[in-house]
Amino acid sequence: MYQYDKYDQKMVDARVAEFRDQANRRIAGELTEDQFKPLRLKNGLYLQLHAYMLRVAIPYGTLNSRQMRMLATIARKYDRGYAHFTTRQNIQYNWIKLEQAADILADLSTVEMHAIQTSGESIRNVSSDQYAGATADEIVDPRPYAELIRQATSFHPEFSYMPRKFKIAVIASDEDRAAMRLHDLGFKLVRNDKGELGFEVYVGGGMGRTPFVSPLIRDFLPVDQMFSYTEAVLRVWNRWARRDNIHKQRIKILVHEWGAEKMKEKIEAEWQEILPNASDIPRKELERIATYFEAPAFDDEAAEEIDLSDPDFKIWVDQNVRPHKHPGYAIANISLKPVKGIPGDASADQIDLMADLAEQYSFDELRVTHAQNIVFAHVKKSDLYALWQKLDAAGLAPANIDLISDIIACPGLDYCSLANARSIPVAQKIAERFSDAEAQRDLGELKLKISGCINACGHHHSGHIGILGVDRKGTENYQLLLGGSGAEDASLGKITGPGFDEDGIVNAVATTVSKYKELREDGERFLDTYRRVGMAPFKEALYD
Amino acid sequence: MTDILRYRDDDAPMEPVVTISSFADQSNSSAVLIEAGDDVRDLLPHLDRLKLAVVDFPRFRDGRGYSSARILREAGYKGEIRAIGDVLVDQIWHMRRCGFDSFAPNSPLDPKVVEESLNRYEHVYQPAADDAVPIWKLRHG
Repeated sequence: MYQYDKYDQKMVDARVAEFRDQANRRIAGELTEDQFKPLRLKNGLYLQLHAYMLRVAIPYGTLNSRQMRMLATIARKYDRGYAHFTTRQNIQYNWIKLEQAADILADLSTVEMHAIQTSGESIRNVSSDQYAGATADEIVDPRPYAELIRQATSFHPEFSYMPRKFKIAVIASDEDRAAMRLHDLGFKLVRNDKGELGFEVYVGGGMGRTPFVSPLIRDFLPVDQMFSYTEAVLRVWNRWARRDNIHKQRIKILVHEWGAEKMKEKIEAEWQEILPNASDIPRKELERIATYFEAPAFDDEAAEEIDLSDPDFKIWVDQNVRPHKHPGYAIANISLKPVKGIPGDASADQIDLMADLAEQYSFDELRVTHAQNIVFAHVKKSDLYALWQKLDAAGLAPANIDLISDIIACPGLDYCSLANARSIPVAQKIAERFSDAEAQRDLGELKLKISGCINACGHHHSGHIGILGVDRKGTENYQLLLGGSGAEDASLGKITGPGFDEDGIVNAVATTVSKYKELREDGERFLDTYRRVGMAPFKEALYD
Repeated sequence: MTDILRYRDDDAPMEPVVTISSFADQSNSSAVLIEAGDDVRDLLPHLDRLKLAVVDFPRFRDGRGYSSARILREAGYKGEIRAIGDVLVDQIWHMRRCGFDSFAPNSPLDPKVVEESLNRYEHVYQPAADDAVPIWKLRHG
């Protein structure tokens, strides 16, 4: 994985010093809260219901054991002994003191980590495929491109006070595991007829209160022009987006208002203006970055067979382990969704243990997924049993990846000052209702996603089943959505009808699932059945 | 009257500023006010007589002026670009990189704090309107 050189380290160190100065000026009263807010947000520091929240960047979700251990240390030293992995492959701490924020950033910088541009109106952490470099279906590892664009968009002078936040994803497989088309800017690596590498470029996706699946804006962008084209996209948006209504300032709104054709023309014209500046980054820099992502030294003698005689282990392998491109290896998913847990949360001890195990079993590397789980990308099949036993002993072996209890949920009203309703208790009640392992597996892939307000941090629009918490006359109310997807078949869920109270929504999910079981045909996932039969039968079951 | 912080050796132009739309018609004017919603490219046919471009920041969070300055520099404009309005010390570094070379904000800036913030980052990750050499170039000579 990528390692800082002296330049990267100097940039991060300078940022720590800058933030320390800004925080001191705020504490001394030289900066108003209004002036300080965008500065702290550019460093991932939010003011939540009970305390400050700090979001730490995990670029494209990849980190090493040393970094993972520092995340545990920070949880112990500055927080309450746990942390929360997020839907953008980052991690956040919910109980931070302003006076200690600069110290945390300084600690992070010792392991090549930071919180730069993890919030506020900035170009956010770049997301990518959690199976990058391990999966057979990618044409190349997308992460060198993600790292290239991460650097190029860090501290960008022209794009630091933009209309709103801006999220970039880079993938390299037909199967989309990063919800690429729900990002402001999506790059999908492809080869053209001549065998050259380039990107399909998608612009204007996003969740939030007005969700859109992004349209294809360019069908082939040569890889060497990734940055200049990104600048063109950003400049068109920075100049022409609305600035009068914070809810209408994302690039998706501009794409929607102009239409994809006009957006494409504007970007292409701006790109032609920008190209003579020669801002693109030369191939040799991409090659330098790519050396950090070369495949680890796989054992060519590694055994293919897995001893599945332990039935619990077999269930975990069936559900959480995915094929690897190298014979004798597998991709192991660690679910952070135990039945009574908080989706995406891990204790400092669990974080430390995962660091130790990754060091031992997965070439010292971990991945965070947008579904708030952890991936060990390169595990020898012959090590899987030992790994599973150690995970299981620490409560880290729920066998539920992509099943109904693998719920994505935002922190909700338990933490967040924007939320209208709680997400965590609803997730817990649903997980409990469907805790029977066999029944879950019988339902198959079923992505359930919960947001505690219309800002949609819990990705409810892209859930096969989505739940949106709203405030109705002072009480929490939950709307049910069906038919969303964040994958390569991206789509937005539709609201079934009137909302439910907390117990009502759990029952509504159960009713929906029963209806699916009744209607499904061989091999159909919930989403397939829904797309075949439409909303009507579910609506009838829910409301008649 | 606010103090002007300048990074130029020439004398500050004293001509009155006019709007972009007036600037095209008034062939004797040499100073222009660029407001946040203006299309700065309307000025490009008249750059030969432009000496001062004043870019207004109605709110410090409104970043359109950064693109306006950069577009002027990309078009070869060498005259003064002045930031006015809601301009804060923490923004000066980025503004300098986009081509601004004078500042007359609503609230005066402390030159010492400005100097500190301009010297904080030794390097940059990308080329802009200044002469800073991007890190990728330093890496590969």
